[in-house]
Amino acid sequence: MARVSDNLFAAEAVLRFDDVSLAYGRNDPTLRRVSFSLKPGSFHFITGASGAGKSSLLKLIYMAVRPTGGRIELFGHDIARISSRDLPLMRRRIGVVFQDFRLLDHMTAFDNAAVPLRITGLRPESYRNDVAELLSWVGMGERMHVLPPTLAGGEKQRLAIARAVVARPEIILADEPTGNLDADMSQRILKLFSQLNRLGTTVLIATHDQGMVERSGMPVLHLENGRLVSQVPGTRP
Amino acid sequence: MTDTYSRRWRPAPFLPDTDNRDGSLMFVMATLCFLACLMALALVATNRAVQGWSDQLNSQATVIVRPRANETPDLAAARAAEALAGVPGVTEARALEREKAESLVEPWLGDITDLEDLPIPRLVTVDLDDRNPATSATLAAALKARGIDGIIDDHSIWTRDIARSAAVLRLVCAGVFILITTAAGAIIAFATRAGLLARREVVEVLHLTGAENIYIARLFQVRFARLAAWAGGGGALAAAAIGAALRLAGSGSDLTPTIPVIWSDILAVLPCPLVAALVAAMAARLTAERLISEIT
Repeated sequence: MARVSDNLFAAEAVLRFDDVSLAYGRNDPTLRRVSFSLKPGSFHFITGASGAGKSSLLKLIYMAVRPTGGRIELFGHDIARISSRDLPLMRRRIGVVFQDFRLLDHMTAFDNAAVPLRITGLRPESYRNDVAELLSWVGMGERMHVLPPTLAGGEKQRLAIARAVVARPEIILADEPTGNLDADMSQRILKLFSQLNRLGTTVLIATHDQGMVERSGMPVLHLENGRLVSQVPGTRP
Repeated sequence: MTDTYSRRWRPAPFLPDTDNRDGSLMFVMATLCFLACLMALALVATNRAVQGWSDQLNSQATVIVRPRANETPDLAAARAAEALAGVPGVTEARALEREKAESLVEPWLGDITDLEDLPIPRLVTVDLDDRNPATSATLAAALKARGIDGIIDDHSIWTRDIARSAAVLRLVCAGVFILITTAAGAIIAFATRAGLLARREVVEVLHLTGAENIYIARLFQVRFARLAAWAGGGGALAAAAIGAALRLAGSGSDLTPTIPVIWSDILAVLPCPLVAALVAAMAARLTAERLISEIT
């Protein structure tokens, strides 16, 4: 059986949804027959009102939930057929910025940022400098020894981004990354994602910040009541 | 500041070093380990004592000699001792004096020194070769060959009783030991479950960033194994103190009403921290793996 890592660039689309549906228990479906695909190195927004299914769509991609219908192909693999042994390897290729950050409060900012590298079993000496550089890059160079509860909202957000990208994932998923941030900080965060995208990382951001979406000029997937109702191409060349 | 911090940085534990529940959990585990150690100590001491008692009883036989009509009891006893001394498997045979025989019946008949005509049977004690002891049949045959009327008591009734009692004691000790170990495992499993739920955010973050379930389970396994090892050490130390007190209180290796403890018996508590850690590690690992797959 081929391993996940054997087939990195086998498929043209890095992510493909075919008629994907999702329902939690016996409730009405949160997502209904959603189909789209993302090319490697692309940058997309998912928009929609609260409850439209944005977060659920991201959860399906990072495999926190399983679809109740349809098929999801990630890095050329049907995720329903990925063995439990390969699942962690697949997750390591995805960086997630959670809406609620999910930082570990008893560990410093440096420790938090280093989590994805630590779990791979690497020796600290081999990644210590990379983590420090990355934290400096996101503007957290002077705050790396601080515990998350003492960080400001924007700092937490940047730390969460640092953790999501430190292991150089192929896709970055961000759920409302600019929620509760002021306009200036939102711009800085968006700039970070753009820089990562220019380095070749596929970026998918769920947001209801229409202003940020319009300013960016990036393509948009718009959800309404769990349905993908429009795919707006980007205005940037 | 930045450079210094990153150069000196050491990974912090994913699970916080201390937990509010650790104190009470440690106390319960140490108590269980203490009880398990006492059981182990009792088992070892009982085994050794039973062996000692059995050896002592098996290495001797007693012959009650009944004199013939024209023979004095002393003469009959002396003849019996002489006959038995030459039997293979006998190292020594001694005829006991009348005074000794009188002292043996004193608890039932009182002082009988004035009753010289009372026919008190004479006794011959026979020391048997430890490696190849003579059987009671051999001894009886030797007496018969010399025309001596005697009853041989090889203490087999006593040794059988002791063996039976020892087997029951061993079973009880082992049963209680297993019960305590199982209870410790169940408590660890319960604590692991509570710990995992309390640290759910750690489990979820690690899981979603690509940690394998076994990696997450090992965090809890190591934590509880370390806790159990300390608790086991405490319990073992307390049990060793009880063992030492018993030893100093005077029960030695002789036949005594209490279980005799010797210094080397106390070594039985040594494996406790290791066993406790292993039980805890196994319980934590199994619980964690099951729970992780439930909550993620």
